[in-house]
Amino acid sequence: MTGAALAALLSYWRRHLFQLMALVAGLALATALWSAVQAINAQARASYDRAEQALNQGNRPSLVAPGGALTVADYVALRRQGWQVSPVLEGRLSLAGQDIDLMGIDVLTSPVFGEVSSPESEDADGSFLISMLTGSGGVLVHPDTAARLAHLDTGFVLHASQMVPPGQAIADISVASRLLQVPDRLTRLILTEEPRPDEARLTGLPSHIVLEQKTVTADPGALTESFHLNLTAFGFLAFVVGLFIVQGTIGLAMEQRRGLFRTLRCLGVPLRHLLLTLLAEITVIALASSFIGLILGYFLAIALMPNVAATLSDLYGAQVDTGLSLRPVWILSGLAMTLLGAGLASAHSFHSLWKLPILQAPSTRARGQQVRRSFTGWALAGLALILLGSVLLATLGGLVGGFAFLGGVMLGAALLLPFCLWKLLRLGQSLSKSPLVHWLWADARAQLPGVSLALMALMLALATNIGVGSMVSSFRLTFTGWLDQRLASELYITAEGDAQGAQIQHWLEAQGIRVLPIRYHDMPRSTGRLRLYGVVDDTTYRDNWPMLERQPEVWDRVALGNGLLVSEQLARRDGLRLGAHLELPEGWPTEVLGIYSDYGNPHGQAILALPELLRNAPRTPNLRFGLRLDSEQVPDLMNNLRDRFELPRENMIRQHEIKAHSLAVFNQTFLVTDALKLLTLGVASFAIFTSLITLWTQRLPQLGPIWAMGVSRGTLAVMDILRSLILAGLTCLVALPLGLVLSWTLLVVINTEAFGWRLPVHLFPLDWLGLVALSLFAALLAALLPAWRLFRLHPSELLKVFASER
Amino acid sequence: MVLTVSNVTKTIPGSDLSKPILDGVSLQLEAGRTLALTGESGSGKSTLLHLIGALDVFDSGEIEIDGKPISPLKEPGRAALRRASVSNIFQQFNLVPSLDIAANIALHSKLANRHEPPWENHLATRLGLESLLTRYPEQLSGGQQQRVAVARALALRPKLLLADEPTGSLDEETGEAVLSLMLELVAESQCALFLVTHSTAIAGALDRRLHLSGGQLA
Repeated sequence: MTGAALAALLSYWRRHLFQLMALVAGLALATALWSAVQAINAQARASYDRAEQALNQGNRPSLVAPGGALTVADYVALRRQGWQVSPVLEGRLSLAGQDIDLMGIDVLTSPVFGEVSSPESEDADGSFLISMLTGSGGVLVHPDTAARLAHLDTGFVLHASQMVPPGQAIADISVASRLLQVPDRLTRLILTEEPRPDEARLTGLPSHIVLEQKTVTADPGALTESFHLNLTAFGFLAFVVGLFIVQGTIGLAMEQRRGLFRTLRCLGVPLRHLLLTLLAEITVIALASSFIGLILGYFLAIALMPNVAATLSDLYGAQVDTGLSLRPVWILSGLAMTLLGAGLASAHSFHSLWKLPILQAPSTRARGQQVRRSFTGWALAGLALILLGSVLLATLGGLVGGFAFLGGVMLGAALLLPFCLWKLLRLGQSLSKSPLVHWLWADARAQLPGVSLALMALMLALATNIGVGSMVSSFRLTFTGWLDQRLASELYITAEGDAQGAQIQHWLEAQGIRVLPIRYHDMPRSTGRLRLYGVVDDTTYRDNWPMLERQPEVWDRVALGNGLLVSEQLARRDGLRLGAHLELPEGWPTEVLGIYSDYGNPHGQAILALPELLRNAPRTPNLRFGLRLDSEQVPDLMNNLRDRFELPRENMIRQHEIKAHSLAVFNQTFLVTDALKLLTLGVASFAIFTSLITLWTQRLPQLGPIWAMGVSRGTLAVMDILRSLILAGLTCLVALPLGLVLSWTLLVVINTEAFGWRLPVHLFPLDWLGLVALSLFAALLAALLPAWRLFRLHPSELLKVFASER
Repeated sequence: MVLTVSNVTKTIPGSDLSKPILDGVSLQLEAGRTLALTGESGSGKSTLLHLIGALDVFDSGEIEIDGKPISPLKEPGRAALRRASVSNIFQQFNLVPSLDIAANIALHSKLANRHEPPWENHLATRLGLESLLTRYPEQLSGGQQQRVAVARALALRPKLLLADEPTGSLDEETGEAVLSLMLELVAESQCALFLVTHSTAIAGALDRRLHLSGGQLA
């Protein structure tokens, strides 16, 4: 019995291959987008875990000098006192424009080295260890980093190890101090002794050295959580949109097989058996689709991974391995989501079948009426969801509240859409005079139950495009303006060393060029690294610096050393307002005199007078300068600097170059978002196409009578296209306000929480018009094939409407 | 006795409760015999047919198929009864559009695990379908489709064949041809035929004729 029943059920798909392909494509696309995001997240999280495990030294406590004055002499003295410590020197190495975080360790005593030197990098004759300790020096880097640096003449030997996070390097401390040009300086001393020292012993430490219980590197996993949440939300949205295709296709397949179900039951197939057979059928299709989806997702993730890595690096300074490895987590998650999605998408159809009486199957029209009645129920549920989302935003706030609000509003609006369209179509119908146009509106209304899911998908995709597009464009507009303010110097140069820096500065000032030293000191803090910049008193800052809030005479007071300026991120992270005090060691100015915007920087930043910086951190390097001069003089100056100081071209960057680079980084950052939103819109368009093409066979009973009354097939085909455009156009109308709500939520709630900066909301009506045109074009494309088939339809097919053969 | 209907009553939910559509209906039908049931539209003919076919449940009384009462049966038991003993021929044919004619003819017998290709081929030949076996229902005329429905019903070798206006969708000439063939094959397979019709001519061609009026047999 099972075999014959299954053969009868499956024969439907053989005769409806397109529908089967739409079902498989819907499930596969949904799985692909979801699993790609999961693969990316899993890969990134694995990188964070590795970074944390490799470089946090198992959270061993360290001895540090909060003022940044730890020296080799301190280390030697402590060793003589019996402290078992291993020295660490950290800094950023710039190689031909590529920044690498370098960690110098004592190869022989550091607990880090054993964890990061992978077995394959250790050869039998010990030449690896020798290379790390001697001569030009060996440096351990991730294979990706090694590949990036391979073509550069770095002056050291590169060793690849998978255990070193990308973008970081580990070398012996002697090599590191030479490369970082900070002889005699240390960042911290890792305590290697057990048990940990008691209070009495700690009091014997020199006054400038303290015990830090935990390494204060910011956890990249925690920092980037919001980004991954964002990505997951996008993946889930795409998954939901894909499910609309699935639900539409399964619903139609069930609908069209009602006669078959009834016949099979009349022929003695029990209902439970029939349901189980159908469940087996959908499970097999779902498994096959998920397999295809996982393969697609894998390749999609490979394609997106470099952009994601760039985004994470640009926004959070988190380095992620760009290679993708197969991980059971995302494979199983993709599989489970496909099965769950197929189950959800078919649940309603199964329920209908369970309730379907063996006799007197309600007519399509009657079911249509039931669906239309349920629009009101959906709308009420939608309103409830929007209300719930708003309550959650008001009560929970923050990232969770923001996403809850977004979820509630998006899903609620989707449920409201059929009701709104129903009302709008009825309004259009009541306003139309011509009988054919009247029929067109009525026909669009009659088709609404069949295409409402696809239109919901279109609305969600369009709103996402409008919302995310507005967010990115607002960000771009703000960022560009901010860059113009911030990058006021005509030329930026980097000296090869402190001595050369001083010579260059002296020479430039003698030439009458205003020199703005860019000197900073990095200070580890519990909330992440703080970079303290020292600035000279110059009108450049007074005229251009992008201040968000300021006290009166702010620059005068900064110059006098009365306080400092903090970045928006730092202010939000530390809860600082004007007049508050930033927590810094004794001697530093701490009062917050102003708050400035610092977009795109994951770390906290503060600005104080240069003399204050040098008084507290006298070893601050003097390598970088911004130069103010007539822009026409820049080429000559660059030639002079090259000739006089042998300064390489890559050490001199013109204002427009650095702006172009910053904008390129910015654009790179949002490539993933762009790709995902376009994919979502593509999937939604496909949903409309599958809905229209699968509904096509059910259209003949409605079209046949109109054709018989003298409306040509050509006119009917045009009206079919018009109907699709009307439905898509009305959907766009509803999607627009939803997109704006999404944009507001992203800019004001999510971004502020996720990145630490708040952006002004800008409106981009031309972009929306473009998106609406794109949606209408997609609807037009989706309607073309059914319309063409209608146009080419043989009259005998239409005549069947009136014959009993149908 | 293949079919025994004893004092069966049925009320349609939502209709006038004081007036059952079937009110104490009783009849019997032996193997190899044919019975026509006539009556006005809405008289309950199809309802009685559905009750006998275990497609619907009655309020009281009993129906026995081949000596076995069907009222104690739950849905799976009723399905098993339909699968093994009773065949239906519907006015709208109810063929499976996605199966070709050969598969449609074999469907019921396969579901009952009683697939007999020679018998099915014989039926196809007798019904003039041998050249249409690889076609699909939509490619056939109404008369041809109804002959496929007859072949499918008889392919099971049922004890009881139920037919609801089997020629109602066909023109007179085609209807007569289909009925004539059906009666020949029923006689050949020795099953009992219970046929519902409006046509007095068709009813006259069968062994017995009963008329249903006001929920009761006359």
